[in-house]
Amino acid sequence: MRPIATTRAATGIATGKLAVWWVLASEVVIFGGLLASYIMFRLGHPEWADAAAVTNTTIGAVNTFVLLSSSLTAVLAHQAAERGDGRKAAQWLYCTIVGAATFIGIKTYEWWYEISHGYTITSNGFWAFYYSAAGLHAFHVIAGAVIMFIVARDAAKNIELHRVELIGIYWHFVDIVWIFLFPLLYIAK
Amino acid sequence: MVEPAVDLTHGQHHDDHADHGPQGWLKYLWSTDHKVIAMQYMFTGMFMALVGGFMAYVFRMQLAFPGIDVPGFGMVSPGEYNALVTNHGTIMIFWVAMPVLLAAFGNYLIPLMVGADDMVFPKVNRLSFQVFFVSTIVILASLVVEGGGFAGAWTAYPPLSADSTYNLTPLGSTLWVIGVGLEFVAFLLGGINFITTLMNSRAPGMRAFDVPIVVWMIVVASILFMLSVGPLLAGAIMLIFDQTIGTGFFNPAMGGDPILWQHLFWFFGHPEVYVVLLPAMGVVIEIITTFARKKVFAYRTVIFTVVATGVLSFFVWAHHQFIAGIDPRMANIFTITTLLISVPIAELCFVYIATLYGGSITLNTPMLWALAFVATFLIGGVTGIFLGAAGADIYFHDTYFVLAHFHYTFFPIAIIGAFAAITYWFPKMFGKMMDDRLGKIHFWGTIIPFNMIFIPLFVLGMGGQHRRIYNYSHFPELALDWFQDMRVLATGSLLVMLAFQSVFFYNWYKTIRHGPKAPKNPWKANSLEWTTESPPPHGNWRPDEMPVVYRGPYEYSTPDREDDYWPQNEPSPRGSA
Amino acid sequence: MNEMSFWERAGHFFDDIGLIRIGSSYAGDIDFLILLVLVVVGVWFLAAELIFLYFIMRFRAKGDGRRADYIDGKNKKHKRWITYPHFAVLAFDVLIIWVSFQVWNNIKMTLPDNPDAVIRVIGQQWAWTFQHPGVDGELDTPDDIFTVDELHVENEKVYHFKLEATDVLHSFSVPVWRIKQDAIPGRSITGWFQPTVTGEFDVQCAEICGFGHGVMAARVMVETAEEHAAWVAANAPAVTAAAADANAPSPGS
Repeated sequence: MRPIATTRAATGIATGKLAVWWVLASEVVIFGGLLASYIMFRLGHPEWADAAAVTNTTIGAVNTFVLLSSSLTAVLAHQAAERGDGRKAAQWLYCTIVGAATFIGIKTYEWWYEISHGYTITSNGFWAFYYSAAGLHAFHVIAGAVIMFIVARDAAKNIELHRVELIGIYWHFVDIVWIFLFPLLYIAK
Repeated sequence: MVEPAVDLTHGQHHDDHADHGPQGWLKYLWSTDHKVIAMQYMFTGMFMALVGGFMAYVFRMQLAFPGIDVPGFGMVSPGEYNALVTNHGTIMIFWVAMPVLLAAFGNYLIPLMVGADDMVFPKVNRLSFQVFFVSTIVILASLVVEGGGFAGAWTAYPPLSADSTYNLTPLGSTLWVIGVGLEFVAFLLGGINFITTLMNSRAPGMRAFDVPIVVWMIVVASILFMLSVGPLLAGAIMLIFDQTIGTGFFNPAMGGDPILWQHLFWFFGHPEVYVVLLPAMGVVIEIITTFARKKVFAYRTVIFTVVATGVLSFFVWAHHQFIAGIDPRMANIFTITTLLISVPIAELCFVYIATLYGGSITLNTPMLWALAFVATFLIGGVTGIFLGAAGADIYFHDTYFVLAHFHYTFFPIAIIGAFAAITYWFPKMFGKMMDDRLGKIHFWGTIIPFNMIFIPLFVLGMGGQHRRIYNYSHFPELALDWFQDMRVLATGSLLVMLAFQSVFFYNWYKTIRHGPKAPKNPWKANSLEWTTESPPPHGNWRPDEMPVVYRGPYEYSTPDREDDYWPQNEPSPRGSA
Repeated sequence: MNEMSFWERAGHFFDDIGLIRIGSSYAGDIDFLILLVLVVVGVWFLAAELIFLYFIMRFRAKGDGRRADYIDGKNKKHKRWITYPHFAVLAFDVLIIWVSFQVWNNIKMTLPDNPDAVIRVIGQQWAWTFQHPGVDGELDTPDDIFTVDELHVENEKVYHFKLEATDVLHSFSVPVWRIKQDAIPGRSITGWFQPTVTGEFDVQCAEICGFGHGVMAARVMVETAEEHAAWVAANAPAVTAAAADANAPSPGS
């Protein structure tokens, strides 16, 4: 049984959705702090461009595409959930999880390649930010995929369908963070 | 250093509550009840206050009587001294002020005051405490690991904090960062609950401006915390990487910048002051209105002022870094913003004073604490003006003047505010009335020594004494006899104050054992928590008796009414409120 | 000293009462600012506390059945009791900001041209190294004098200092001069001072720097022109060709 408190909605916005937005607000400042620090450093260190030149823009672009596609399937899952079609929603969520796994797989290859060529986190400031920021993002991708799996399992049984939208909002946020990371870490040479 | 301790009160408390509970909600685990979680936070915080107080005792003894064998601790080495002051600060802010004021009273009061049966996410709430509890164990463990506790000041400036060849505490400093980071996560989880509960779960009829000020303040504090802590969490990740795998975020030799940490730290660190201040100010205004039988003077002004303070608090952080090597032009900008923030805070103090005007004031223990908060916090506030003016800060920076200043803000917040809240809501929380006479003895025994500790430290600071120095005999100008007399006076007062705390614990024990049973509404107050049993049952009210709100919480001494109070849930003909 | 104006006299207040001596050209400015703030906020503070205490006494419940007034503070007539004071606070803030700017800009934002000498101050765990110009009066020449925990300067001369650190943050603080500046590894921060009183004074490290922070004390000797010249002559290293090679590239310049 839920507390009565959880069922109220004085603002007219569902409680879960409200909470997700506040979670995202706190996440925005975490990534914001990290990226603002990176940008300040980058402006002060033109020589970091040499290190940035090593990053593989093609792989980054492919990963951007993968992540954007997974956001699309998250939207389709939401639409299915709105119609009350839990099974369909779960299937689209599983598609999104496959997208997340692909992203992590590509990322793993990319890092393995870079590390094996000697570009490690301690190489210089650029690589420190590169691995920290992308690593923090990857951690969010993995965490999101795990939660999504739990949500999808419930959704398949038509339980807690409103959660499909919530995990979708979170997933779009993870996507948007990458949209910021990609140009900052790959394109800005 | 300090013995690793297991929080016994905490474990015991669970059992108490499990026994009390009605059977119907046993499927709820005991620990998702917001009141139980509040107690868990409170007892953990009180235990940590004893740890932090013990540390203060040890280093004050060392300062008054350099080199003595401190009873209960032993000789204090320079490294131990640094670790003591570092962890005293860390613990008092992150493990005492925040859990007691924000988490304990936030958890306890928000659902009760908005007329809800629990937080909106009880399991997230439980998780919040569990993470916090782990962080407590981590920070206590960091004190006893090989090499000793972290000793680079609570601000943890790199490169000292980032490199164990400099700080000599490889394990202690990493555990310190992990502990603080976990604590932040715990409060982020708790804060989301606070904010959404207030926004969405208010009782029917309760409009935004019918919410008690303390709830507003706790929620604004949670929002401030949430929006300011992110950069420092990112900074904590960088610092851990610097410490453990050798990155160079803060290492100038590797292209990093130690000043970056200062910006990240104080961007959080200054709003953090308001994060703990606001709940205390909220508690105080609740108590003042109740015992002055007065409506709050200009309720809406208070709310807008609090929001303005919150916004401004994001633009003052660099006043901690005036002489840290930042661009001197920045100091001018931050002098302006820092002095401007005195306007809303002064306005809050004026409101509190104006609320007393025309009241009918009863000076019992909670009211004394609340009034003492205003009186002493004013000292903390006005001395901040000296430090906010960059020109004067050249001299005062990192002296005992700064130390005395922020103790005059944090002590009223964390100690006076907490005692005010505990003595005021004790009947509700534990169902027993505390002994007022013992309460007053404890009050005077705390307030007088508190001033006797820190007024001498103001003088020492103006005399040029710097902080975090374990023995002043190396500095001829500071080794004067009258300087040493001041230090002894401060230490002696601390001992008196610590001794008087036993009165409080005795009062607590006596009240629980023999105290008279508390009625529903012992103070004749208006807000919703006083409309249920003392202590409230699980769910706070019976499901069919959930309160409905008809008016704001401060309708005291309303004309043309027999009673001088008017509970929020008492039905009235429409339009009369 | 008898010629001091009222303002200068005020700047000497803390020296006069024996709290802390004034030893540099700008120490009196800082003390004046502190005194100004003390007076301004002191008056506010006392007024607030007195009104506060008066209200508590005056409006105590006496058990005579008197009820509290019902004032919600919403109408303008009542509200001005807090709006007027808060505009007054703002006005006093502006005054303090204005004076603070003068002091700050003089000390930290302007650097006097043509200093009489330049010195280098280097903080390290846990000692201060001072690099003085030698007989030639120029820094970073082979006859520079290096001392540990002992700074020698000549009274009434304008000095520039270059502040550096080799390991962690330190902070160069001479209380009688009211000077304080953090030293940051990897940077050289330039500032200035002009001592006005001869004697021997404390140098403290004002930023925690590890285990030995509490013993990172140094002394500054402010000497008359003759004493200082004698000290330089006695301590300047004899310059040989080999020494010149070894000393020439200065750290961090």
